Amino acid sequence: MSERSLTSSQTVGPFFAHALLRQDAHRNVLVGQETLGTHIRIEGRVFDGDALPVPDALIEIWQADASGHYNHSGAQRKEIPNASFFGFGRTGTDEHGRFWFETIKPGSILYTKQQMQAPHISVTIFARGLLNHLVTRLYFADEPSNAFDPILLCVPEHRRATLLAQHEPRGDTTAYHFDIVLQGGNETVFFNV
Amino acid sequence: MSHLTIGDIVRGDREVFPPYLYEAYQATRRRAPTLPLIEVPLTLSELTGPGPLLSAIPPTDADLTRNAGTVGEAIGQRIIVTGHVYDEQGNPLPDTLLEIWQANAAGRYLHKHDTWPGPLDPNFLGIGRCVTNTEGVYRFLTIRPGAYPWKNHPNAWRPAHIHFSVFGPSLLARLVTQMYFPDDPLHSLDPILNAVPTQTARQSLIATYEHTITETEWALGYRWDIVVRGPSATLFEAGGEIS
Repeated sequence: MSERSLTSSQTVGPFFAHALLRQDAHRNVLVGQETLGTHIRIEGRVFDGDALPVPDALIEIWQADASGHYNHSGAQRKEIPNASFFGFGRTGTDEHGRFWFETIKPGSILYTKQQMQAPHISVTIFARGLLNHLVTRLYFADEPSNAFDPILLCVPEHRRATLLAQHEPRGDTTAYHFDIVLQGGNETVFFNV
Repeated sequence: MSHLTIGDIVRGDREVFPPYLYEAYQATRRRAPTLPLIEVPLTLSELTGPGPLLSAIPPTDADLTRNAGTVGEAIGQRIIVTGHVYDEQGNPLPDTLLEIWQANAAGRYLHKHDTWPGPLDPNFLGIGRCVTNTEGVYRFLTIRPGAYPWKNHPNAWRPAHIHFSVFGPSLLARLVTQMYFPDDPLHSLDPILNAVPTQTARQSLIATYEHTITETEWALGYRWDIVVRGPSATLFEAGGEIS
């Protein structure tokens, strides 16, 4: 084994849908009735620097289950407490830049042995015009533990709101709204990870 | 502004990864972020990922010449594209999902927004999937895609390429990229390939013809290795334990 140079990134382009959003690869419903936790619907739109909707973005999410565990089958994993919940979602934006997921609100996630991360969902954005994907996080605006989240605290205070999904009361559904602004005023915070 | 204006916001290694703003590729102008990416410590959220569980793929998905659900075979130069997926320490990565998509031999995608007058091939969907074996090796059988025109600038043509989506063992390893073919005169004219900052990194996207992969009276062979970020050992640096 020897060190190898990383393979570079290229845009997903405009023509990915028939491959990456084929029937068994399009996963915007992450839950079944049996899934433990608070069922939520996440809705949002993706905008460009002209505040126009981005109709050809691919959005992937990765999240922990309601108890804060990732369903990661790596060697370190000793058990999967909530195996019915996978935690991976993938969808595309429609002609109005809209996307949605039905999932559960994740639990707090271990940071260090002494500290937790606030509930959050990792969000990855691919699109024509993005030579490399963008990485951000969705937090829940009504979550008090945000105030102590070690990652949010890395973000300048005036920009943190771009990471907060807003609760929208809507009948039986717990809905959160989360827009992604690629460029310009109110530009979403993206991470160098 | 010069058509060669290159932004300074880059995710990851600046010697390897393209900047978000690369004006010669026009679609970056209104989609590239303008504020610096925030540096953050890695946590379980980045050091885990869906990759290890995304591996239930039928082997027939790796044959793009016959996976259209028709009885016919795709038209074009039949090729084998194979290689290893490694992490940057050189460990081969088994059970890694690769999804690919490409234009047909005439350079036409099966997509409602690809409307240039290249012919469609009823026996070619241009999509495939494969999971690396225990040695970290993937293998696709497909046809060589054609170049195709796009509207980025006058008389713009993309060099022949295959799109690859790769899941490694963690979110850090996620990669979407494009594989090119050797000795293509369109490489030097393509702003998407040239957005990659160094010759070495551009070369990492170009497959090599390899006669030992070529199969007698059947298909030409290309090798293309993929290296993604890793490894999971960094989990311990994050101070977390997964279970």
